Amino acid sequence: MRKGVIFGVVIIIIFFLLGAVYVVDETEQVVVTQFGKAIGKPKTDPGLYFKVPLIQQANYFPKNLLAWDGDPGQIPTLDKTFISVDTFARWKIVDPLEFFETVNNVYAGMGRLDDIIDPAVRNFITSFPLIETVRMTNRELDTFEEGIDKVKEISPLKEVKVGRAKITKGIMEQAQPKLAEFGIELVDVKIKRLNYVEEVQRSVYGRMIAERKQIAEKFRSEGQGEARKIEGDKEREMKRITSEAYRTAQEIKGKADAEATKIYAQAYGADPDFYSFVNTLDIYKETLDKESTLVLSTDSEFFKYMKGYMGER
Amino acid sequence: MPWDWDELKKKQKGAGGGAPPQMDEVFARFKGLRGKFPGLGIIVLIVVILIVASSSIYTVGVNEVGVVQRFGRHVRTTSPGLSFKLPRGIEKVTKVPVLLIKKEEFGLRTVRADVRTQYARDSTYLDEALMLTGDLNVAVVPWIVQYRIKDPYKYLFKVRDITGTLRDLAESSMRLVVGDRSINEVISKREEIADQAKVFLQKELDEAETGLNVVTIEMKRTNVPEPVQPSFNEVNQAGQEKERIIYQAREEYNKAIPAAKGNAEKTIKSAEGYALDRVNRAKGDAARFLALYAEYSKAKDVTRRRIYLETLKDLFPRLGDKFIIDADQKNLLPLLNLGKEKGAEK
Repeated sequence: MRKGVIFGVVIIIIFFLLGAVYVVDETEQVVVTQFGKAIGKPKTDPGLYFKVPLIQQANYFPKNLLAWDGDPGQIPTLDKTFISVDTFARWKIVDPLEFFETVNNVYAGMGRLDDIIDPAVRNFITSFPLIETVRMTNRELDTFEEGIDKVKEISPLKEVKVGRAKITKGIMEQAQPKLAEFGIELVDVKIKRLNYVEEVQRSVYGRMIAERKQIAEKFRSEGQGEARKIEGDKEREMKRITSEAYRTAQEIKGKADAEATKIYAQAYGADPDFYSFVNTLDIYKETLDKESTLVLSTDSEFFKYMKGYMGER
Repeated sequence: MPWDWDELKKKQKGAGGGAPPQMDEVFARFKGLRGKFPGLGIIVLIVVILIVASSSIYTVGVNEVGVVQRFGRHVRTTSPGLSFKLPRGIEKVTKVPVLLIKKEEFGLRTVRADVRTQYARDSTYLDEALMLTGDLNVAVVPWIVQYRIKDPYKYLFKVRDITGTLRDLAESSMRLVVGDRSINEVISKREEIADQAKVFLQKELDEAETGLNVVTIEMKRTNVPEPVQPSFNEVNQAGQEKERIIYQAREEYNKAIPAAKGNAEKTIKSAEGYALDRVNRAKGDAARFLALYAEYSKAKDVTRRRIYLETLKDLFPRLGDKFIIDADQKNLLPLLNLGKEKGAEK
């Protein structure tokens, strides 16, 4: 029994040394080759495997999800805006045998992806306006400051018909069949960064600045306008208040005058002659003073006695 | 989300991996050998113990789990504490910090984490933060993703470059969200953007089988690119100015209108006063006249004379020059020199 154990251990060590035993990790898959030719099915399950030492060779390929980063190229969109696009994709080797035969290794695989995905990205970006690549849905944007409507009309926003999700899907659909023959499955392609190229960026900044200045101006003039309106309101309100008060006052006065007139008329109507007699005398008292010069004839009622006690006429 | 140990144990059973090797069995086997070759037995025992001890005992930290692979195949996941495994070459353990919250920064880098954390804002990082908004403007959006390992199996085996994948996915998710927002929304509604980006990113991470869980997405100060900033500030200022002008006008209004109302009130009150005065006077005058008239009507002629004479009596002494001219005198002018006197007064 002891001998058996030692023998077993020695055999395993020898096998390892000769390369008869190999381990496939969870993240790997192996294609066994004999003189450069693939032998048997690829080993995609992890575990311990045997092969003929020296003659057979284990070629490891990753089984897990791999990343691919696109070359950020400058691409004009349909509306002739130059943008730099940075894409990335995730892919898997689904058929290691095919991959081994057609591509051989991961680095070469990356090269194939470059060859196929980059042009697909270019195709799609150039055939759509910029807005389609930037936006995803047609959701209503809260574009401008409250009360600013005018800017909205002249801004270059159009309806989004396709959207980024569909564009990337299109890119993937275009690239995927071409990659299948290499044993590669393209899991997805995504746009990581999307920016204006430098010259365009400058003019975009210029536009943004102009737009903001316009908004600022609008704000200012809105403020002025609103202030003028309030001033106008004030003027109107003042006039209204004053005139209404005047009207009410006049009405009150008029009523009072009318009433006074009525009272006078009722009272004095009893004897108008007596009224004028009494009142005229009152007026004499009030209006005549030492400044007044009186010239009276002896014909007058008052001086008639100056001519004679009988009041001769 | 706390780590679910029950779920882990279930997985272990499902994985069909062997239990850790039983040390008792190993010792028993070597005890049997010792009878025949006492010296060799001890040496072999020591050597075996050394080998086993050096690579069979491992500790898993409290915030970690140990993922054990036998010949590359995942066999079990162990909980924190001291554990055993088959020696090196057969079983391999990878410790995964499942409770640790990791952080990825975009558009900024922490230089020194402190009470006041300092961030580097380099032009290299600016590229990460520079993005196009839905209204085709450019915004600077720095953010931080905090994440945790949810599934150590997927984390270790399903994706090759996990951090790179996370960064790529985070950037594309964030840009997708920002691409559907206006520049104003990007600046003012950061919470909303962070929430949506988190949902997108989590979905992507799950689809990619990264085994990561996004704990939070935190937006740092979003802004417009530096050359554009002054004009944005100008808009803010203009907004303030607008408010100020309007408030000033309102102030004027509020100053003038109550005063005018007061004046109006005054006008009306004084008119009312006039009315009272007028009516009362009329009533007084009327009463006086009627009283007088009542007596007068009893003795009309004598009263009339009396009133006349009383008036003259009162009036006459108060008058200035008095001329009494005979009714027979035909020509007044030689006697009176009215014009001269008036002229002298001047």
